[in-house]
Amino acid sequence: MSNEISFTLTNTDNSCFTMALQGILNTQNTAAFIRKAEKEIATRRPSTLTIDLSDIEAIDDYGISTLACIKQRILAAGGEFKLANIPDSIKEIFVINSFDKLTAPLAAPAKTPDVFVQLGTATLATIKKSAFALMFLGDTIVSILRLFISPRSLRIDDTISNMRRVGVDALPIVALISFLLGLIMAFMSSVQLKQFGANIYVASLVGLSMTRELSPIMTAIIVAGRSASAFAAEIGTMKISEEIDALFTMGIDPHQFLVLPRIIASVLMVPLLTLFSALFAILGGLTVGITMLGLTVDGYITQTTHTLELFDVFWGFFKGGIFALFISWIGCLKGFQVKEGAADVGRATTSAVVTSIFMIIVVDSVMVVILRYW
Amino acid sequence: MTTFRDKPRPIIQVRDLMAGFEDDIILKNVNFDINASEIFIILGGSGCGKSTLLKHMVGLQKPISGTISINGIDITDGSSANLQSVLRQCGILFQGGALFGSMTLADNIALPLREYSGLPEENIQCLVKMKLNMVQLSGYENHFPAEISGGMKKRAGLARAMALNPPIIFCDEPSAGLDPITSAELDRLLLHINHTLGTTMIIVTHELSSVFNIADRVIMLDKNIKGIVAEGDPFQLRDNSLNSYVKRFFKRQPEVIS
Repeated sequence: MSNEISFTLTNTDNSCFTMALQGILNTQNTAAFIRKAEKEIATRRPSTLTIDLSDIEAIDDYGISTLACIKQRILAAGGEFKLANIPDSIKEIFVINSFDKLTAPLAAPAKTPDVFVQLGTATLATIKKSAFALMFLGDTIVSILRLFISPRSLRIDDTISNMRRVGVDALPIVALISFLLGLIMAFMSSVQLKQFGANIYVASLVGLSMTRELSPIMTAIIVAGRSASAFAAEIGTMKISEEIDALFTMGIDPHQFLVLPRIIASVLMVPLLTLFSALFAILGGLTVGITMLGLTVDGYITQTTHTLELFDVFWGFFKGGIFALFISWIGCLKGFQVKEGAADVGRATTSAVVTSIFMIIVVDSVMVVILRYW
Repeated sequence: MTTFRDKPRPIIQVRDLMAGFEDDIILKNVNFDINASEIFIILGGSGCGKSTLLKHMVGLQKPISGTISINGIDITDGSSANLQSVLRQCGILFQGGALFGSMTLADNIALPLREYSGLPEENIQCLVKMKLNMVQLSGYENHFPAEISGGMKKRAGLARAMALNPPIIFCDEPSAGLDPITSAELDRLLLHINHTLGTTMIIVTHELSSVFNIADRVIMLDKNIKGIVAEGDPFQLRDNSLNSYVKRFFKRQPEVIS
């Protein structure tokens, strides 16, 4: 059998045409056929088109779909469409594929609801999400309280492995970013301070601002990007693959199993990371101080230690812990909010990072106010 | 419609295939041919390497040694152009359907058509409708995969695999996890496609009822010998095989513990 299709279009009467097909109309030659046929039809504009299939040897579903498209086009232009002389050998395929129903358009996609419906739906969804977050908070608090009653229920191995992931693995990037930040701050502030011969105060500026404010924030943002996203993705994927349901049905509290080790690991490690961050930032400042500002190592360190009080170090450390609490809790919450599909995991991960960073800034502002009026 | 089966012509040839990892060989000395237009079933117990074999045949895994040729083209030679040209002629039905969650069923099926068929959009819409009709999912065009059942996902996956009417189709456990009626319907659908389009089907399964309903030829893999333990017509294997593993497999008997 040759794998060819050809056609002749003859004018029978006025604008009535007959298209006689010869050969095989199948997957391989449909695309070429429809291009040619449509061109012909567009030039001749038949009011009635009869397709003569008497010389068709074989046709598959691609061929059928092409005939359906031609029919659709003719009917849309107000014309008439007919199939003639369908050989018995191919009649069945027209019936199997319900040729007569093919021209009906696909079920229209659901219309976008009007703005009020959208607003209402969004409000309800937000209320639902807030209620879930509240329940989740309650569950977390209960599982923390339970931990006080039976400390053995904490999964130590998981906690340690999370501490490594959140803390140790993040140290290089935290150190590098903080060092560079210290470097930039020292350099930028020196431009101004140099004019007053106050180069030595670069040490105070870098030490104080990093230890109290920037180190906790920078560290928390890095941890949000690294770990909150990872928590959301891990837990979200577990939710999809029914692992959380499995835990629940085994009588194991998913909070105790998944959330607590992550929160505890984060709360323990982020403050330490914050201290390292401050230390590396001071090193960055020191580098600029001794290479560009003519300061001595001794002078720089003495000035830093004079400026910094123990409370400043403690405050940065404490902030780190509070941020960690929010970041890890939000990461876990977003994971638990996943319902289905890879896209939902992606959304949860993004939302975990964005919400965490937003919360870091909000909590920091609140803490600044609290400290001011203490 | 018997023209497809007139002359047995090997379309896939597997030669001396060794698969797995250097320190953990899963399959060795695997040799078989698959003829055009036949329904070829890969049988075997859990962990015997059925899915591994299938993954090698579609180029998702590279063998340690040996060759796999599809339509005379060696897909194990590392040339991605070769592999891509062969894969254009293959449809693959994954175990869970592997539908894209962010797309509706209609878009899932339209994706390969839009990429490769060169047909106008109206024609594609029409074909989508026909393919969904073929797998009895008419009316579900605008549903997302998450909104339909496991059996429906498999049928939609089959519709997507068949979108370009490929001459070869690979199915990984098409009836696993389906109720007997849905499973039988899927079998009937596969037979229908095979009869009407002459599609060569390579099916991995351990559903015996499916095997007897649709298989032209089977190979059975065994974990212990890490290769093919039996090959041939399923009824003959069931009735005449002397191999104790094959006999137990068809009679659904557990291993005798001495």
